[in-house]
Amino acid sequence: MAHVTIDQNDTEAALIEATGYDDHFHEHHHGDKYQSGFIGHYIFSMDHKIIARQFLITGIFWALIGAAMSIVFRLQLGFPEADLTWIKPILGKWIVVNDGIGSLSQEFYYALVTMHGTILVFFVLTAGLSGTFSNLLIPLQLGARDMASPFLNMLSYWFFFLAGVVMFYSLFLSTGPFSGGWTAYPPLSALPQASTGSGTGMTLWLVSLTLFVVSVLLGGINYITTVLNLRTKGMSMWRMPLPIWAFFVTAILGLLSFPVLASGFFMLMMDRGLGTSFFLNEIFINGQALDRVGGSPVLYQHLFWFLGHPEVYIIILPAMGIVSEVLSVHARKPIFGYTAMVLSILAIGFLSFIVWAHHMFMSGVNPWLSNFFVVFTLIIAVPSAVKVFNWITTLYGGNIRFNSAMLFSIGFVSMFISGGLTGIFLGNSAIDIVMHDTYFVVAHFHIVMGIAAFFGMFAGIYHWYPKMFGRFMNETLGRIHFWGTMIGAYAIFWPMHYLGMAGVPRRYYSFETFDAFKHFGPMNKFITVAAIVVFALQVLFVINFFYSIFKGKRMKTKNPYGANTLEWTTPIDAGHGNWDGKIPVVHRWAYDYGKDGKEYITQITPLEEGEVAGDH
Amino acid sequence: MTALVIIAIVVLVAIILVQLGRLSEVSAVIRGEELAEEQQNNRTAIFMVVFLIGFLIFCIGSAWMYKDRMLAYGPHESASAHGGQLDSLFNTTLFFTGIVFILTHIALFWFSYKYKEDKNRIAYFFPHSLKLEIYWTVIPAVVMAYLVIQGLIAWNATMADIKPGEDHIEIEATGYQFAWDVRYPGADGKIGTKNYKLIQPGTNPLGQDWTDEKNHDDFFVGDELVLPVGKKIRVRITAKDVLHNFYLPHFRVKMDAIPGLPTHFIFTPIKTTAEYRQELKDYPEWQELSDPLDPESPQRWEVFDYELACSELCGTGHWAMRKRLTIVSQEEYDVWFAQQQSYYMNNIRNTKDDPYAGQLLGMEIKNRAREIKAEFASAISADTMSTIRLKNVFYNTGSAELKDDSKYELDEVARILKENSNVKVELGGHTDSQGDDTMNQNLSQLRATSVVNYLQKKGVMANNLVSKGYGENSPIDTNDTEEGRQNNRRTELRIISK
Repeated sequence: MAHVTIDQNDTEAALIEATGYDDHFHEHHHGDKYQSGFIGHYIFSMDHKIIARQFLITGIFWALIGAAMSIVFRLQLGFPEADLTWIKPILGKWIVVNDGIGSLSQEFYYALVTMHGTILVFFVLTAGLSGTFSNLLIPLQLGARDMASPFLNMLSYWFFFLAGVVMFYSLFLSTGPFSGGWTAYPPLSALPQASTGSGTGMTLWLVSLTLFVVSVLLGGINYITTVLNLRTKGMSMWRMPLPIWAFFVTAILGLLSFPVLASGFFMLMMDRGLGTSFFLNEIFINGQALDRVGGSPVLYQHLFWFLGHPEVYIIILPAMGIVSEVLSVHARKPIFGYTAMVLSILAIGFLSFIVWAHHMFMSGVNPWLSNFFVVFTLIIAVPSAVKVFNWITTLYGGNIRFNSAMLFSIGFVSMFISGGLTGIFLGNSAIDIVMHDTYFVVAHFHIVMGIAAFFGMFAGIYHWYPKMFGRFMNETLGRIHFWGTMIGAYAIFWPMHYLGMAGVPRRYYSFETFDAFKHFGPMNKFITVAAIVVFALQVLFVINFFYSIFKGKRMKTKNPYGANTLEWTTPIDAGHGNWDGKIPVVHRWAYDYGKDGKEYITQITPLEEGEVAGDH
Repeated sequence: MTALVIIAIVVLVAIILVQLGRLSEVSAVIRGEELAEEQQNNRTAIFMVVFLIGFLIFCIGSAWMYKDRMLAYGPHESASAHGGQLDSLFNTTLFFTGIVFILTHIALFWFSYKYKEDKNRIAYFFPHSLKLEIYWTVIPAVVMAYLVIQGLIAWNATMADIKPGEDHIEIEATGYQFAWDVRYPGADGKIGTKNYKLIQPGTNPLGQDWTDEKNHDDFFVGDELVLPVGKKIRVRITAKDVLHNFYLPHFRVKMDAIPGLPTHFIFTPIKTTAEYRQELKDYPEWQELSDPLDPESPQRWEVFDYELACSELCGTGHWAMRKRLTIVSQEEYDVWFAQQQSYYMNNIRNTKDDPYAGQLLGMEIKNRAREIKAEFASAISADTMSTIRLKNVFYNTGSAELKDDSKYELDEVARILKENSNVKVELGGHTDSQGDDTMNQNLSQLRATSVVNYLQKKGVMANNLVSKGYGENSPIDTNDTEEGRQNNRRTELRIISK
């Protein structure tokens, strides 16, 4: 490559034309006949940017449903005496009216809790988060025209969609959706006679999640292949922006762990339908001794958590990647310790496969085995701590722009610290004896992989919204959204630590039976009110989101944030193929902010003569 | 109507906020976007510090407010021996994580404030520092190593099983939808075997195998478990239908109950219920009325009870699987224990489910031997000539032939009579009123004789023994019921000289 010096003010397009790589794209650009009609363009699209938006909007749909469910069961917990007859038009027979007072039925309480977990974990924070941003950013930040297989990518979305249809249908069954907890432990999930939700509701739950596994695998194969094979010239692995590293490791985790979950699901299906006994042993239920012996319910837990634990990193790693990028761009500083950040992602990814049994300390597994899981689990604290310190140091000496994306990234770091630290309690099996299955656990995982992951997602949405829709979201509403959610989320989950420390178990329909648990009425009311406020703020976000698609402030320049990565070199309304003409060639890492007195230097800018690369 | 008003208000607020958002955008354009952004940026930077201060006050203040309800000290101390170790590990972890929590939050929000955007400045290019990164890899690693070691010591001590020969009480808790059955081993200290296929709701809730003698003295408790303070308790934990979890919050005990896979948890209560109540007495949270609506109700500490709950989702009634647990002194426990009734003896013995129906059990023979010895002793020392009923002497129907089971009682009688050769006794036979009077008279005489013959064979001197048939003339109960008739058909031993 000839040495080219180009002033920062020159358009990136000229730079790409001068230094880019000619893949003869223009020769078939106009021949993209698959994308010409409305259906091909917006529905069965193979353009990764459209698929990303499909994942995002579907995710928002599910997030609203999942969050609304939590409001209903929070009403039960915060205001157990309140009259809920007014929800009867929506929930029908699940609101039981006695003496004119309507209350939530027990079965539906558990169905709501179960669906809330399933929907948020799988449909929102896996598909909605990783699906959206992996699709959007992997080709754009790597300088690729699309995913390695746009067709499989399209299938990935439609399998997710189908999974959603099946799950949505199960909400309307007369026996209700599955109600045995999102982990679906047998025998409760295996025996229809154990619970009304374990009948058809559970069958559909299994079908839906099996379709979902297919979706994740199709997506994951694509992400991995694209990262390995379609990086543009000059984009070595060690020059990839951190979101890509995160998506890459996330996809590997998904590819290795989801099939194990699927195998567990298949065994559960056979136990349900074919009379096998993988997970059943010596059961007496409904006045009948079952002829099913030799299995072990603990085996299911092993299979489930072999996915389940990597799954929490599948959720949080993309958020970490997004936040790393956003913090760096808006602090106008390189991310601190890029190499350490990558290594810690890899370390967390690796460790996530050998810690699953820390969910099972109290499940009757041999206590001796737990020793190993304690050690591995608490080792994860080290790379996590490194990441936190690096994020904070990224702010040090920065020149910080507080837009909504940046605010949510800072909020993410706060949430990750708060939720991560409580993990040190729970990962230590001795403390887990006390805290297992209490509200302490609820607080821990909601903060560290619920709120934190959502904050990462919001940061990503606000930050890349112009890339997706060519307009900006409203900043004032964004700030209201941030501060309200930040304060509200802590108001919801901080007090739950106290409940847990007092011993209050999770998944209780009512605390009235136990003297030890029933004296937290005011706190439960406070939590419920906070949850309603936070939910209202999310509705505001959704309004802002859809309003801005049509009426938001227009994006006038290609690179509004002065960011270095390649997605900001594409045309504002990039078509399928992302770059007209040549694709950009990369000459440096993604984090040359504030280097050599320049505010930022894009990745496509060649090194000046005698310039030392920023990552060395 | 209220719903409509609420919806209307929500919609209005949303519209106002959206308009506000638009307004700020438009006004920014008028004022000049850069200036507006700068002002906004400075304002947000100040919010960062305000949030930091407010957040830390909220965290520390709320912890102070709730300290008596949740911190592992004072009124919330563990009531078990191992629990103290777990609690102190919790507190240690809270100490370290508390420091990290506060310092990182101060750094996060303070840096955010301090390094807010200044258009005339370029950020400090600081991509990495090996030294710093080594510090914050090594320091967390050292702290974690310390916590892991402490944790594993506590864990392995808590989970260690009973050593052979170690003094302990083993009880069994079985979870099912939606309650617990708690079984105590009875006097033999051993819990009998069970098989889920033998479960009969109502008559055999756990599927106890009645051919196992260990089951014969096992008993159940109702709403209240009682255990002695200072004694190692091993709870064998099982389930009938789905997963449950045996959870004693005050004792830091928690373990899944799994159908077909027994688990266990071992703990030692260190405070009786009465002692725990005394400790709670001093805290305002516990001085509230136990029933806020009833001003006459006792204070909360006075009615405090340890509780057993389920902590593994098991279906719709998961939240209501409550039992009380009362810890008492060893003496009180012994008294309570002696009062408990064996389930088998009370509900199964001599029913169609009893494999030993009509047969004597080893335990019954032993008890009867002890009993008859005592009866005899008191009969000899009494002034009058008393009668002892030979409860376990049986004959084949309509015949004078002794059943095999009779030998246990008669052997004991023979032993006693041989030791007391100065005592003369009369063996009297009695029948019920069924059948012909003469035949009954003859049968009773024959039966008395066959007892005398047996005792002679066992070495009792013949002149100390007299046999007499009373027929149906001396009933001790009504002859109108089978039970009464059964009582009337009897063999008695009467001391006639001593």
